[in-house]
Amino acid sequence: MTTSNEPLLSVQDLQKHFPVTKGLLKRQVGAVKAVDGISFDVVKGETLGLVGESGCGKSTTGRLVTRLLEPTAGKIVFEGRDLTHMSQGALRPLRRDMQMIFQDPYSSLNPRHTVGTIVGAPYRIQGVKTENGIKKAVQDILALVGLNPEHYNRYPHEFSGGQRQRIGIARTLALKPKLIIADEPVSALDVSIQAQVVNLLEDLQNELDLTYVVIAHDLSVVRHISDRVAVMYLGKIVEIADRKRLYSSPMHPYTNALLSAVPIPDPKARTERERIRLTGDVPSPLNPPPACRFHTRCWKAQDVCKTVEPPLEELASGHRVACHFPENAPDAVVQTPTGAVAPE
Amino acid sequence: MSENAFLDVQDLKIHFKTDDGVVKSVDGLSFSLDRGKTLGIVGESGSGKSVTSLGILGLHRGGNANVTGQIWLDGEDLITASNEHVRGLRGRKMSMIFQDPLSSMHPFYTVGAQIIEAYRIHHKVSKSVAKKHAIDMLGRVGIPEPQRRVDSYPHEFSGGMRQRAMIAMALSCDPELLIADEPTTALDVTVQAQILDLMRDLQREFNSALIIITHDLGVVAELSDDILVMYAGKCIEYGTADDIFYRPEHPYTWGLLGSMPRLDREPTERLLPVKGSPPSLINVPSGCAFHPRCPYAELTKGRDRTEVPVLLDTDPGHLVRCHLSRTERRTLWENEVKPALETQ
Repeated sequence: MTTSNEPLLSVQDLQKHFPVTKGLLKRQVGAVKAVDGISFDVVKGETLGLVGESGCGKSTTGRLVTRLLEPTAGKIVFEGRDLTHMSQGALRPLRRDMQMIFQDPYSSLNPRHTVGTIVGAPYRIQGVKTENGIKKAVQDILALVGLNPEHYNRYPHEFSGGQRQRIGIARTLALKPKLIIADEPVSALDVSIQAQVVNLLEDLQNELDLTYVVIAHDLSVVRHISDRVAVMYLGKIVEIADRKRLYSSPMHPYTNALLSAVPIPDPKARTERERIRLTGDVPSPLNPPPACRFHTRCWKAQDVCKTVEPPLEELASGHRVACHFPENAPDAVVQTPTGAVAPE
Repeated sequence: MSENAFLDVQDLKIHFKTDDGVVKSVDGLSFSLDRGKTLGIVGESGSGKSVTSLGILGLHRGGNANVTGQIWLDGEDLITASNEHVRGLRGRKMSMIFQDPLSSMHPFYTVGAQIIEAYRIHHKVSKSVAKKHAIDMLGRVGIPEPQRRVDSYPHEFSGGMRQRAMIAMALSCDPELLIADEPTTALDVTVQAQILDLMRDLQREFNSALIIITHDLGVVAELSDDILVMYAGKCIEYGTADDIFYRPEHPYTWGLLGSMPRLDREPTERLLPVKGSPPSLINVPSGCAFHPRCPYAELTKGRDRTEVPVLLDTDPGHLVRCHLSRTERRTLWENEVKPALETQ
């Protein structure tokens, strides 16, 4: 991916704090810092994968970018336009270019609407005129995602999970969006169906020149479909790099631990693999650890990790890491930890 | 299968009468398992894997299930045994870890109270002795501060801790047979790795027989000695972990292996999924239930639709249910499937 291109989507220092209230007067007593200052760019035609464990803020990020949630601070720029605080009315024409695929194909489709109504809804809402009528357009899209166009009048319950996810994808594609945010698009599906949907997403990307942000917890799926991958932990991006670098020479200890925790379908790996086992659970985002948020579970943590927050620094070309003691780092940077500077 | 295996299941059938017809969830399943060994049962949703485990524990009694066949546990036939007798075995001799610990624990009782209850049913001891035992068990499964945590309610635990508490409960009476139904599906990868390690260690310590039911081939590869692949209520392939991962012979097993993006290999351009979706169990396809999805169905010259294939030994201990001949399957695997999987 070339960085000289104007990014399609640019997110700067994005934050979302959900207030925690108490008592009759709804006094605010704290905030869940679901997303706490993240920045990334997405270039046209690429796929950015967002991975992390539950509660790390990856889904919130997806919802902020599509403005389904109102950001607390930061900036979202899509095709040069700032949509951070745009009104819902002003956003509506932009929604055409920015669509979302949801995780659960059961709850994201209205059970009382036919497939034709569901997939045709974007045309009606946006007032788009199609050449041969909406029905023809919907049937074309159904064929594109591998569904039978004759099933136009069927209801969601008549389809299997995989087919429902295809209906969701068809609805997403109806208006030929430029950017698609896919939030766990395959995690609710069976193994054999997952692979079909992953292949479909890739084919559609090639055919329609789509840009994806794929949010998932499954590191193998993310590696398969992404060009670049960002790893999140407790509302922060801890590492972002192109796929090959991130999976072959991860620098952040958390990324290393995540990769080593993925079970590998090879009985030999049981004995041959080197394992890193994290202890404990992800701390609560209500009260995240100070400075480096990973220090409570990190085996490399030292005093500096508890007092100084590591900035997200570019340690190799296109490879940014927020860690005082990165692994696999090029020699030049290894000496820096002592001189780590506090971000303002 | 051996006469005096610890658990011996012969021709187990579990059918449910419904208004739409008979659902043959499990249709003629046979396997055996010794103490200290782990059997992995793999299959997609609706293949009958969970119904099998509930059947072994006798949890279909009193429902509308029609259970036939033989289940021998340590020389006792569980199918013909009385309800009281099976209830006496449950918890003490055989026990189960369920997928979703939040919905399988009672929200009104403390975690400790639930473990104490299970323990006191089988052991005539005072409450304080049982509580000591509960604290000991919670400590063994790695819950920090078990003295304090024993009085917590399930909602005060995180997902991983709840699953640990569930395991503590299942192991509180030293069961000789432990069935884990998707024990890690609801968990994050780093926690999943902890739980898998824990189960492996505890099994070694208690020398119990373990059945692990999952759709994740990676989890199975981590733990199992033997693997049983289920499709539409039948076993379609059975063998050691090495057989299934290095010398699989059933086209469905090939499909499962091809569906998984793998972290231990170079990424492929495309995944190789099974086409179509799993069949409905009310209307199982005639002949070989897999024939509508099988890429090699034509090679059987029509037998795939008319004849149900028999589960036959291809090597000692490696059984396959397929119409293709042994040589055909091995040639296909060596020349077509294996190279395609390995260019991944």
